[in-house]
Amino acid sequence: MSDESSNKVPNNQNTNSRKSRRDFLKSIGYTGAAIAAGGAAIYTGYRYEHAKGKSGMVTVLTNDNRLVQVPIDQIHEFKPDPHALQKRGRQGLEGRRWVMVIDLAKCRNARKCVEACQSAHHLRPHEYHINTLIMQDAPNTAPYYMPKPCQHCDNPPCVSVCPVDATFKRQDGIVLIDNERCIGCRFCMAACPYSARMFHWQEPVLAQEYETSFTEYDVELNTPQRKGTISKCLFSADRLRENEMPYCVTACPNSVFYFGDENEDAVTNGTTKETVRLSQLLKQNAGYRLMPELGTQPRVYYLPPKNRLFDAPDKELTGNHSTQTT
Amino acid sequence: MAQKNNHTTLQETNLDNIAGDILRPVGLNIKFHAWMGFLTLTLLACLYAYWIQFNEGLIVTGLRDYVSWGMYLASFVFFVAASLIGMLISGVLGLLGQDWIKPIARIAEIIAVAFAAVAGLVIVSDMGRPERLPYVFMYGRIQSPILWDVTVVTTYLVISLLLWFIPLLPDLAIAKTRMHHAPKWLSTVYNFLSLKWTHHPDQYKILFRTTRILLILVIPTAFAIHTVTSWLFAVNPRAGWDSTIFGPYFLTGAFVAGAAGLILAMYFFSKNYKLSSYITADHFNKMGKLLLLTAIVYLYFNINEFLVPGYKLKTADAIHLKELFTGHYAWLFWTVQLGGLVIPILLLLFKPMRKPLPLTIIALVVFIGSWFKRYLIVIPTMEHPYLPKQFVPAEWIVYEPTLIETAITIGPLIMVLMIITILSKLFPVVPIWEMAGMGEDETNDHKKAE
Repeated sequence: MSDESSNKVPNNQNTNSRKSRRDFLKSIGYTGAAIAAGGAAIYTGYRYEHAKGKSGMVTVLTNDNRLVQVPIDQIHEFKPDPHALQKRGRQGLEGRRWVMVIDLAKCRNARKCVEACQSAHHLRPHEYHINTLIMQDAPNTAPYYMPKPCQHCDNPPCVSVCPVDATFKRQDGIVLIDNERCIGCRFCMAACPYSARMFHWQEPVLAQEYETSFTEYDVELNTPQRKGTISKCLFSADRLRENEMPYCVTACPNSVFYFGDENEDAVTNGTTKETVRLSQLLKQNAGYRLMPELGTQPRVYYLPPKNRLFDAPDKELTGNHSTQTT
Repeated sequence: MAQKNNHTTLQETNLDNIAGDILRPVGLNIKFHAWMGFLTLTLLACLYAYWIQFNEGLIVTGLRDYVSWGMYLASFVFFVAASLIGMLISGVLGLLGQDWIKPIARIAEIIAVAFAAVAGLVIVSDMGRPERLPYVFMYGRIQSPILWDVTVVTTYLVISLLLWFIPLLPDLAIAKTRMHHAPKWLSTVYNFLSLKWTHHPDQYKILFRTTRILLILVIPTAFAIHTVTSWLFAVNPRAGWDSTIFGPYFLTGAFVAGAAGLILAMYFFSKNYKLSSYITADHFNKMGKLLLLTAIVYLYFNINEFLVPGYKLKTADAIHLKELFTGHYAWLFWTVQLGGLVIPILLLLFKPMRKPLPLTIIALVVFIGSWFKRYLIVIPTMEHPYLPKQFVPAEWIVYEPTLIETAITIGPLIMVLMIITILSKLFPVVPIWEMAGMGEDETNDHKKAE
């Protein structure tokens, strides 16, 4: 519905060029509905056919909370405006300061966070936004597992060095990467002391699917991924916009992750859904940040691996250079 | 020697002789065509390698997420370094009134122009999205050292090009009527490029004034290009790069590489172009001393760069230094440091070693060592991030350049040789007018006026 979509993305009809683009899409939508398949409107056609069997009308909830009925043949697919996606992606969620707390005592390297992240962001098994590392701080201290996402630094070295504003810091604290802007110089990778960034050395794993089914680039999900550009942990900015917690946080079976808003001083455990005070959690457990001496001011906090629930990894088995080729 | 003939009146016979000597190798002979043909074929092979990389992605290189900058960046630093010799010779020594540099100043500028022109291409070969190069100008952020680098390298290229071209004007005017053996179009080109030069004293005055301004400008620009290049590394919080002396460390290293490169070119031109009465043994001796001086200064910065962190042995620095001194890179490190720096310094202290042939051999070793020195600056640091490298394929752990990557690295070097060949084969490499003492009255007037 034109009303509905323009409410969702207000600047959709701001200019003539966008308007004509909308008209164009609209006409494609009609054609797709009519012939049930074809070109970019295959999905629309599918939805139409699917709904046609049930009734000639469909009930729709509008933005102002009214239930209305609409003839199905009047429906056309909502297609996000790429400019609007870029704009909201670069602004971030107003009034939020996202923060993550990782409880090292609970991690047993299940790697569910890694898998959920890779599946959401279309990555290969060795392409990481979040990786779980085996850490040993000193020869006589016990090793422990450490999930390592991007630290979303408040003083991010990667953002400083980027020559084209491809990687940027949002008002809600998230550091994102725009792979439509990235020139692939990899200065940000050199600058990141946490090795948090990855580069698409080859075509992304879903490159062929991207070719057949066109998806608009969403900077908050960083898909479709692109060869020759940087990718990185996004704190699942797309999930946060939907009021959901990040993929890794909800995928963890061992209640390792807390996620929340620093402004609210509250973080919620992704497994137990228990919400606690951020300041108290950090104070009571002596929370810390990685390499604070570098002055990067990370937004990811760690709780020390005290009273670990799981056995320390066998050093013989894991070593420092474990590999997992796929 | 020609430049000793101060205050002698200009003799046509003298000029004829000098112009004859210097212009003899100018022109397109069979050797030029064969050499350029060879370079073109090699370049095509390198471009094919780049075509593969362009299509497949940087996966065809040895680069991976940990070592994400490799040989391309090392080569880029080397190219910028080698181009700095133009400034050292014409700028620093020229402004200090060192007249002995006159016959070799143009060769130094040719080297500067060639390396500075291609340095940018080396960076493009490293980019994952080379077609987005215009974004640097469209969306450039002034905070990023890459923007500074683009700005100063371009500026340096323009100034160096002018410093090559403006002092060439009188030579073009001299040469356009004397190119009997060269193709006719070359005379036409000379006539066009000489900008109606008539050897009028006023023209010389303008030439001296312009050159002087450019020589003053080129010094800060050259300092800037290599300091900024060093900052591409020094601004990153990584052991081995996190250094406050990276600017001067790179700059002095650049003078070593550049001086060595100039000696190689001097030897080639004096032998091959039979210019040994202009590029004399004395020039080699003096360049040997210059190489010695720059190498000693560079050694001093090397000692600072390794001894100070080595004394403290902070965790990350300790890993880095251990890797260099006794680890994976030890053989390369000691070969470069001893063979490319310490031993040349010791040898150059002795006068017989500063004779043309021994000096050229030493310069060749230093020049190659300079390239590997940049390799040692870029790669080992990247191989040792703060956090462990785990759960990645084995080839991600240690960097090994691939064949395709090597070919793409060689490509720009071929382009440098092509530029040097064209500039030195189509135009006189030694300034005829300065050798013949033309325009000297104007110089002296100008110097008095200063």
